Amino acid sequence: MTSVLGLACRECGRPYPAEALHVCDFCFGPLEVVYDYEEISHKVSRESIERGPLSIWRYHELLPAHETSSIDLRAGFTPLVRAERLAEELGLGELWLKDDTRNPTGSFKDRVVAVALAKARELGFKVASCASTGNLANSVAAHAARAGMSAYVFIPSDLEHVKIAMTAIFDLKLVAVEGNYDDVNRLCAEIASEHSDWAFVNVNVRPYYSEGSKTLAFEVAEQLGWRAPDHVVVPVGSGSQLTKIHKGFHELERVGLIDDGHHVRVSGAQAEGCSPVATAFASGADQIRPVRPHTIAKSLAIGNPADGWYALQVVRETRGGMGSVSDPDIVEAIRLLARTEGIFAETAGGVTVATLGKLAREGTITKDEVVVAYITGNGLKTVEALGDTVGPSVVIPPTLEAFSAFERDQEGNKS
Amino acid sequence: MSVTIRIPTQLRPLTAGEGEIVLEATTVREAIGALEAAHPGIGERLLDESGGLRRFVNLFVADEDVRFLEGLDTPLAPGQTLSVVPAVAGG
Repeated sequence: MTSVLGLACRECGRPYPAEALHVCDFCFGPLEVVYDYEEISHKVSRESIERGPLSIWRYHELLPAHETSSIDLRAGFTPLVRAERLAEELGLGELWLKDDTRNPTGSFKDRVVAVALAKARELGFKVASCASTGNLANSVAAHAARAGMSAYVFIPSDLEHVKIAMTAIFDLKLVAVEGNYDDVNRLCAEIASEHSDWAFVNVNVRPYYSEGSKTLAFEVAEQLGWRAPDHVVVPVGSGSQLTKIHKGFHELERVGLIDDGHHVRVSGAQAEGCSPVATAFASGADQIRPVRPHTIAKSLAIGNPADGWYALQVVRETRGGMGSVSDPDIVEAIRLLARTEGIFAETAGGVTVATLGKLAREGTITKDEVVVAYITGNGLKTVEALGDTVGPSVVIPPTLEAFSAFERDQEGNKS
Repeated sequence: MSVTIRIPTQLRPLTAGEGEIVLEATTVREAIGALEAAHPGIGERLLDESGGLRRFVNLFVADEDVRFLEGLDTPLAPGQTLSVVPAVAGG
């Protein structure tokens, strides 16, 4: 953290102080945290990281904020599990799953929020806020409660019931907006101009917030024995997570912790009902055309993705691919993942697994690659999406006869 | 026909701190022209060298992204609000 030099515009390079600023005053380009990598490379080693806490904060030297125990809910350091049965179903070789369903509030958003609110506290903010498709709302609400901050969270009014309950339980101001995520986001960008005393995690403290996603790369490299995978598959909503995972592997190489960070191929996964980045990739376009989302994958339903352009560039530069998948395919993929690996993912995980299969079938991912797929949220949050595709195998009266009849039926079905 | 333009924090140094500017215009393009006339320097922040909307700027008329409407040719009705919003937010 002491190695942060400031912020700089990603487009025109203008420097800014490390304050609550997110876009360049001149060209409106995004601001990025600038580090002194030379200094970091002297400070960190594999051993120093391995001695750190079992959370994202073991990588604090590569993050723009200090660990603050009063906020920390222990985000990160989630399992990386080998997925042999799923790999066989999809025709893949060495496949690993980064199981981020197991974060404090059930999604990868805990990583970014932990960093954002640690920085917000450091800058003296008392109010946390965000525009959210649900997972971020859950995480901001929980972290703000833990930190004793008040919170204003803005969501589309048609969110999944669980995501609303999981936010409201933390007793904050939850504002349900009649509109889609892009409407909520636009409203928040405008409110942020009027409330400079609020820390909007994905608006005015976004440069710090988004850096939290780099830990998804750091952990994978460490868990693979300090090496980068050949190929990663990442769900794409705003595109921020994908670009930051790519950045994370590059940074590890830059500070000397791995030597193959720049080899990683990065592929992106979207739902057909909201695929502005996949559409641009397929057509070779150099602009992202915004769309109106219509998909069960609500956590990815961002029609005008802030980092869509950068995500597109990363995928192209690394010779990755983009896939978009239908709502029925998403549900089928959630069930496939559960059946083969015992992991229950939310719809975004279904998008990732379905896209993984698609990219394998079309040959974008090959059998000789070490592949990591990011499963970014817990299935309990989007149970509605499963509809009547899941339920009891049978309903019987409490008698042995009834159960025996069911067993005979099962035997009959087998033969 | 007067319309209101909402100015984000980043551009307020050019409008003497004003967050809302009322001016006369019938299209988005005219509104930006009038804004530039009243507050020189603001136009190049919104439009690139070829006169197109910059990649990281979003414009909304009555809360709708002009990219879904007629872009810079989107008409403005009297009393409507045009919001200038930095694109890089959210996610």
